[in-house]
Amino acid sequence: MAGGSQRVYKARIKSTQSLKKMFRAQELIAASRIGKARARTAAAAPYAQAITRAVSAVATHTDIDHPLTREVEGAKRAAVLVVSSDRGMAGSYPASIVREAERLTQQLAAEGKEVLLYVAGRRAVSYYAFRGREAVRTWTYGSERPSAEVAEEIGQALLEKFLADEDEGGVSELHVVSTQFVNMVTQRPHVVRMLPLEVVEGVVEADEHEVLPLYDFEPSPEAVLDALLPRYVDQRIYAALLDAAASELAARQRAMHTATDNAEDLIRTYTRLANQARQADITQEISEIVSGADALAS
Amino acid sequence: MAELSVDLVSLDRKVWSGAATQVSAPSADGQIGILANHTPLLAVLRPGTIKVDTASGPAVEATVTGGFMSVDNNLVTLVVDEISLV
Repeated sequence: MAGGSQRVYKARIKSTQSLKKMFRAQELIAASRIGKARARTAAAAPYAQAITRAVSAVATHTDIDHPLTREVEGAKRAAVLVVSSDRGMAGSYPASIVREAERLTQQLAAEGKEVLLYVAGRRAVSYYAFRGREAVRTWTYGSERPSAEVAEEIGQALLEKFLADEDEGGVSELHVVSTQFVNMVTQRPHVVRMLPLEVVEGVVEADEHEVLPLYDFEPSPEAVLDALLPRYVDQRIYAALLDAAASELAARQRAMHTATDNAEDLIRTYTRLANQARQADITQEISEIVSGADALAS
Repeated sequence: MAELSVDLVSLDRKVWSGAATQVSAPSADGQIGILANHTPLLAVLRPGTIKVDTASGPAVEATVTGGFMSVDNNLVTLVVDEISLV
């Protein structure tokens, strides 16, 4: 009946409006948190700089031969750390990170390596749990706001595995799948092989002097390296987590913005339909009255 | 006299930075003191106390659980794990 459809449209408009409010709120929350996430990235920069400088200083002085930099021929096992988000509502963000991880897993499997999964972020955890693929360790840590402690915990677990003998379940490679924050519009899932470390490549030399000075090492170059490299790994993991957090928030903001726009479109469409239904109701009522009057008159 | 420029950083933030006349830190063999024009140095830090005698104002003291220190061209960078200022 015509009156019925009017009521249905009204209800639809109402529920879409309240959804729109929620989308808008999520969008604003994400937008305000991006600033904080990027501030945290900036706050972590001095540490990154200091440690990179120190590592490159050691690298230019001594021939680095450290378990963490040693290439293993014919590696049989590789660890993959997947950095995803705890919540959805971020468009394709969780899906694309998992897709990248799957691609890497297949590639490693094709190279004849057994893949051990380390998963951070509830979305990825549930993805693997649903498919019955066992992860060695999982972390759900509040992916929007990663703390240094979590990064250290992850780093420790991975280093332990890496330093263990391969016959005793250790791994000889560590890959990290995370999302790179390019800018507010572009976030790219990417893969980094973190271990064994390639220290010398990609280290930007301090620009003020061409040759780094001769360092004294206290107590010894090996001990310094022992202290430096695990921290270097922790720092890289922390940086990856921070980058992923900023990417997640940017993706969420964009997704929620699109959702708000779509809700507006829907509301507009339903309003038109409701108007049409009302008009049809009125027209029908008039014609009923007129035809009733005509029947009485004749 | 030349001054040291000191950066005290932990993983997630810069804890303190400024000019100093002397830095004392717990290195592997014992407390090590750095004055201006020290030879370049990379040192591992034990748990202990860092003391920075600032160029002006009171000294900054902090306890750390470990880390490392680099000295280069009067630039002292202390990279620490856990830190609490005293």
